[in-house]
Amino acid sequence: MRFSEQWLREWVNPALSSEQLGAQLTMAGLELDALEPAAPAFSGVFVAKILEAVQHPDADKLRVCQVDDGTGTPVQVVCGAPNARAGLLAAFARVGAQLPGGLNIGQAKLRGVESFGMLCGASELGLDGYNDGLLELPADAPVGSDVRSYLKLDDQIFELGITPNRGDCLSILGLARETAAQNDMALGGPELVVVPAASEASITVTVSAPAACPRYCVRVIEDLNAEAVTPLWLTENLRRSGLRPIHPIVDVANYVMLELGQPLHAFDLDRLHGSLEVRMAKADENMVGLDGKTLKLEPDMLVIADSSGPVAMAGVIGGQDSGVKTGTTRIVLESAYFTPEAIAGRARRFGLHTDAAHRFERGTDPELPRIAIERASELICSLYGGIPGVVSEYLSHEHMPQRAPILLRRARIERILGFTVEDQAVEGILQRLGILLEPIAEDLAEGWRATPPSHRHDLSIEVDLIEELARLHGYDQLPARLPSAPLSIAARPENRLDVNALKERMVSLGYREVISYSFVDAPLLEKLTPDQTPLILANPISSEMAAMRTTLWAGLISTLKYNLNRQQTRARLFETGLRFVPQPTGLKQEAMFAGLVFGDERAEQWGGKSRKVDFFDLKGDIEALLALGDLTSQVAWQRATHPALHPGVSARLLLDGEELGWAGVLHPSLEKALDLPGQVFVFELHQERLLRRRVPRFQPVSRFPIIRRDLALLVSDQVSSAELLNCVHDTAPAFLREAEVFDVYRGQGVPDTFASIAIRLILQDNERTLGEADVDAFITAVLTRLNTQFGITLRT
Amino acid sequence: MTADTNVDFTALSNSLDSAILAIANAPDLPALDAFRVQFLGKKGALTEAMKGLGKLSPEDKRTQGGILHGLRQKLEHALDAQKQALEAAQLAERLAREAVDISLPGRGQAMGSLHPVTLTLRRIEDLLGQLGFSVAEGPEVEDDFHNFTALNIPESHPARAMHDTFYFDATTLLRTHTSPVQIRAMEQQQPPLRIIAPGRVYRCDSDATHSPMFHQVEGLWVDENVSFAHLKGVVQVFLQRFFERDDLQVRFRPSFFPFTEPSAEMDMSWNGGWLEIGGCGMVHPNVLAHVGIDSERYQGFAFGLGLERLTMLRYGINDLRLFFDNDLRFLEQFA
Repeated sequence: MRFSEQWLREWVNPALSSEQLGAQLTMAGLELDALEPAAPAFSGVFVAKILEAVQHPDADKLRVCQVDDGTGTPVQVVCGAPNARAGLLAAFARVGAQLPGGLNIGQAKLRGVESFGMLCGASELGLDGYNDGLLELPADAPVGSDVRSYLKLDDQIFELGITPNRGDCLSILGLARETAAQNDMALGGPELVVVPAASEASITVTVSAPAACPRYCVRVIEDLNAEAVTPLWLTENLRRSGLRPIHPIVDVANYVMLELGQPLHAFDLDRLHGSLEVRMAKADENMVGLDGKTLKLEPDMLVIADSSGPVAMAGVIGGQDSGVKTGTTRIVLESAYFTPEAIAGRARRFGLHTDAAHRFERGTDPELPRIAIERASELICSLYGGIPGVVSEYLSHEHMPQRAPILLRRARIERILGFTVEDQAVEGILQRLGILLEPIAEDLAEGWRATPPSHRHDLSIEVDLIEELARLHGYDQLPARLPSAPLSIAARPENRLDVNALKERMVSLGYREVISYSFVDAPLLEKLTPDQTPLILANPISSEMAAMRTTLWAGLISTLKYNLNRQQTRARLFETGLRFVPQPTGLKQEAMFAGLVFGDERAEQWGGKSRKVDFFDLKGDIEALLALGDLTSQVAWQRATHPALHPGVSARLLLDGEELGWAGVLHPSLEKALDLPGQVFVFELHQERLLRRRVPRFQPVSRFPIIRRDLALLVSDQVSSAELLNCVHDTAPAFLREAEVFDVYRGQGVPDTFASIAIRLILQDNERTLGEADVDAFITAVLTRLNTQFGITLRT
Repeated sequence: MTADTNVDFTALSNSLDSAILAIANAPDLPALDAFRVQFLGKKGALTEAMKGLGKLSPEDKRTQGGILHGLRQKLEHALDAQKQALEAAQLAERLAREAVDISLPGRGQAMGSLHPVTLTLRRIEDLLGQLGFSVAEGPEVEDDFHNFTALNIPESHPARAMHDTFYFDATTLLRTHTSPVQIRAMEQQQPPLRIIAPGRVYRCDSDATHSPMFHQVEGLWVDENVSFAHLKGVVQVFLQRFFERDDLQVRFRPSFFPFTEPSAEMDMSWNGGWLEIGGCGMVHPNVLAHVGIDSERYQGFAFGLGLERLTMLRYGINDLRLFFDNDLRFLEQFA
C-alpha cells in the first residue's frame, strides 16, 4: 500500500516525524518497505499563465509564448508542448531554476528566438503517471506561487507491506484508524455526508447469489459533464498511491477506494441492457474485461450481468463494453460487499491482480458500501456536476458476517503472553481499536465478552484479541525469558550412527560436501536412470530444473562439470539428501548418501607418484565409511549391471540381504555422452541403512602362537576372490582367524584367463598350540574343497 | 745379555709418540686398528716389550713394567680418543646426510570440507539440542494438506499466493517451508514436544536474492505453559549464542502467519540497523485442532529461520548463489 503522508495526516496527525511514524507503523505490524519523497528536489518553478502562444517562425513544432509568471513583466518562452495555448496555467521554470536530474534553466535561443525559462511537463518535475505535454494547472491556481508548495510536493510517500490479515489497512481510513489507536488520538478526516437523491432514477437489481454478495448498493447519476476533467489534487493523491488517472469517474472510484477501502465500480448506464443481476457465472459464459482480454468464466465466479450477459466479474474486473468512456453522461455506481470466499483466487486464475480483488479477497468492511457510495456521489456531483438518483441497497441479513462476541479470559492472556496485562490496559487497548467490551462477571475475574468492529474481520477468536493486546502494548515491551522444563536424558541408541559422523569421515577421506538442486535436467536423468520416469514439476524455473532427481549422481556430475569448466582437474565430492523415485505404490523419497571421485587419487605432491583413481580407491573409501558402523564385513559386493555404470567395474552392495546401494565407474558411453574428460567413479548408498552400527561384542584374545600359511593358487577369472575366500571360510575350523588375498598376479607362467592369487591364512586356537598335523589337515581340506568347487590348484 | 733383554725405551717412546701424533690424524677405524696392531697386536712393539719383562729381575720388571704400562695407557687413550672422534664425525655425517627439508608438505590425502550450510545447521542442532530440541524430518514432496491446509491456510487463502509454490499436480507440491514437519510431528506424538526440523524448502522464485531452493530450520515447542515470553527468550539467547555476541539485540515485530497467533517477524541488530532473520509465533489453535491436540490444555511456539541467511551473516558470504554453485574454491574455505 502506497500513500501520501499528507493524506494520512488529514485524518490523524500525531506529533511524529515521517521516520517516527514509519517506525511506529512497522512496530504495529504494518511494515514500512519504503519512504520516499513525493517529488524529487527542484526549485524556481512557479505557477504561470500563458498569455499568448504563436507559431515559431522557423519550427513547426515550437510555439513562442508570452508568459505571466507573477513578476509583472511577461516573459518570452519557446515551448514544444502541443497543449501550450493561451489561457493555460502551467508550471514555469524561471531562468535560474534547478530541475530534477541536475538540469539548470538558463537563457537560451531556440532556432533564433530567445527563450527565458521553460514551461514544464509533469515528467520534467519528476512526477510520473501524467500525460505528456504541459502539466495543466487549475484555472484558480494563483499565478506566481511556487509550484512545489501549490502542489504540496514536500510530502513523503509511504509504502507499507500489508499482511493478508490486515485488509482493513488497505486504505487511508484504515491506516488512520490504526495510527489513532497507536497514539490514542481521535480520528479526523473529511465529513462523510449523505447526498440526497435529486431524481427518481434507478436501475433494477436482482441479487441471486446473496451468500456471495450479502450487500449490494447502486445509484444512478445522470447529466454528468462529459467535458469535466479530474482535478489535479485528486490525480496527485492517486499518483502518490501509484495509480494513473484513467477517466474522471474511475479516478473518483479509485480515490474513494484508497480513501475508505471500498472498491467501487461504475457502469455506463447507456451501455447496459435491461436490469442487473448479481449471480454466479453460467457454464461457457465469457466476458471481455477492461483490459481487452476475453475471460472464460467458471461457475464459481460471481458476476454482475445484464440481459446481454456478464458486464462485470464481481469484485475483480469490469467489462469492456459496459464501462464508462469518454462522453459518458449517465452512470450506475456500484458499491458492494462481496465475501472473501466468493472472490479469493478467482483473479489469479486469469493471471489478474486488481486493486479491487486484492481488497475483497482479504475482506472489506461489510458496513462500508453505503458510506462509500455516498462519498463517491458527493465527489462526482461536486466535481463533474450530475444529478444523483436514489441509492438502492440489497441486503441479505442472514448472509452478512455474524459477529458473535469473543470470550477473552484474563487467565488466558497471561498464559499466552507470559505476563499480566492490567485490566485497565486491556480495556484501554481494545476500546481504542473499536472493540466493544462487556465483563463476563461483575468483577472482571473471568474476563470480557468482546465484539470487534465490522472492519476487523480478522479478529475471530480469543488469541486474535491477545495478539492485539500484545501489538498495542508493543512486542518489544513484552518480557523475554527462557522456559524451565523438567530435566531428562534423551535416548541415544548406540546401534545407530549420527549422519554427521559419516560426513566427518568423508571429510577425512578428502571429500567436499556439496548441496545441489533437487530438480535437475530431465535428459540427464534419462541417461543415469533410463528405467525410471522422474516426477516433473508443472511450473519449473527452467527446463533444466524440471525433473526431481532419481539419483544424487545428477547433481554430483553437474557439479563436477561446473568445476572442470573452471580449470579444476580433480574432485572428490559427496552429497546427502532425498532422491525421488516414483513407484507403482507411490513416490519414494529416499535419503541417500552419494559420492563422486574424478582425476588423480591424490593431489599432485612431491612425496609420491601421481596416479589415476581406480575402483579400489573408491571401494576403500566406502569401506572406511562402513567401518564406522563395523559393517565392512557385513556388506557383500555383488557384480551386477547398472545402466549408468561400466558392467565390469561396478558393484551392487548388499547389507544383510538388502540393497545398500551402488558403486562403480560411469559407463564409457555415458562418459562420452556427458562429455566427461575421464573416468568418473561414483557411489550412492541408502543413508538409513548406512547409519546402522554394530554395538561391539568382546571376543577372548588367544594366548597361543599364531601360524601363518601362504598359498599361491591358480584361479580362473570366472571365480571371484570373494567366492574363493568364502569357500576357505566354509572349510575353516574355529582356529582360522583370517584369510586374505595379498597378491594377484597375471602374466608369465600363468595361463590366460587365469590369475595367480596368493592368500594368507592366519591360524590360531584359543585353547591350545596348534600342531603341524592340525595345520596340514586344514590346508589339505582347503585345497581339496577349492579344487572340487572351482578347479583351483596350487601354483607350482 | 742385558743389552738383549733391556728395552730401548727411548726408541720405543719415540716411535710411540710419533704414532700417537699419527693416530690423531687417522682417517678411519681400519687405520686406527692398524696402529693398535702395530703396538698392541700379537707381534706389536709394546706386546713384544711386555713379553720381554718376564726375563727381568723383579726390580727391573717393576720399573720397566711401570714404564711400559704408562706407554700402553698413553697409546690406548690416544686410540680411544680418536675412535670416539671418528665415531662422532661419522654420526654427524649421518645426521647431516639424513636431514630433510621439514618445510615440505606432509604426505597423504588432503582433507575435505563440509558445506557451510551444514556447519550452520550443526551449530543450530548443537545449541538448541542443549534445550532438548531433537531433530525431526519430513518429505520434501508434500501434499497440499500438510503444507497449507493443516497450517490454517485454506485453499484460495491469499497467503498461498505469497508462497510461490512449485506444483506437480493440484494437490502435490514441493514444500514451501519446513512447517509441514511440525504437523507430521504433532500427528505422531502428543505433547510435550520439542523439535527442530531443518531441511530444504522450495519457492518458485529465482534472482540474485532468491533461490528456488533454500534451507530453513523450524523450531517447535508445545507444552502446557509455553508462552510468547519463552519464545522471545529462546530465540534471543539462541541468536546471541549463534553469533557469539551477547550484545546482539533481537526485535520482535507483529506480523502474520496463518499458522501462528500472535505472530512476529524476528529482526536482529546488525551493522547499526535491523535485519529480518525469520518468523515466529504461538501455534494457532486451528493448527493444534488439525492434529488433535487440545488447545485449551496445550500451547506452544514455533519459529522458522533461513539457514542461508544465518550462514551468510556468520561467515560473511555475500552472494546467495554461491551456496548451490558448489565451486570448489568456495567449498574449500569451510574446513
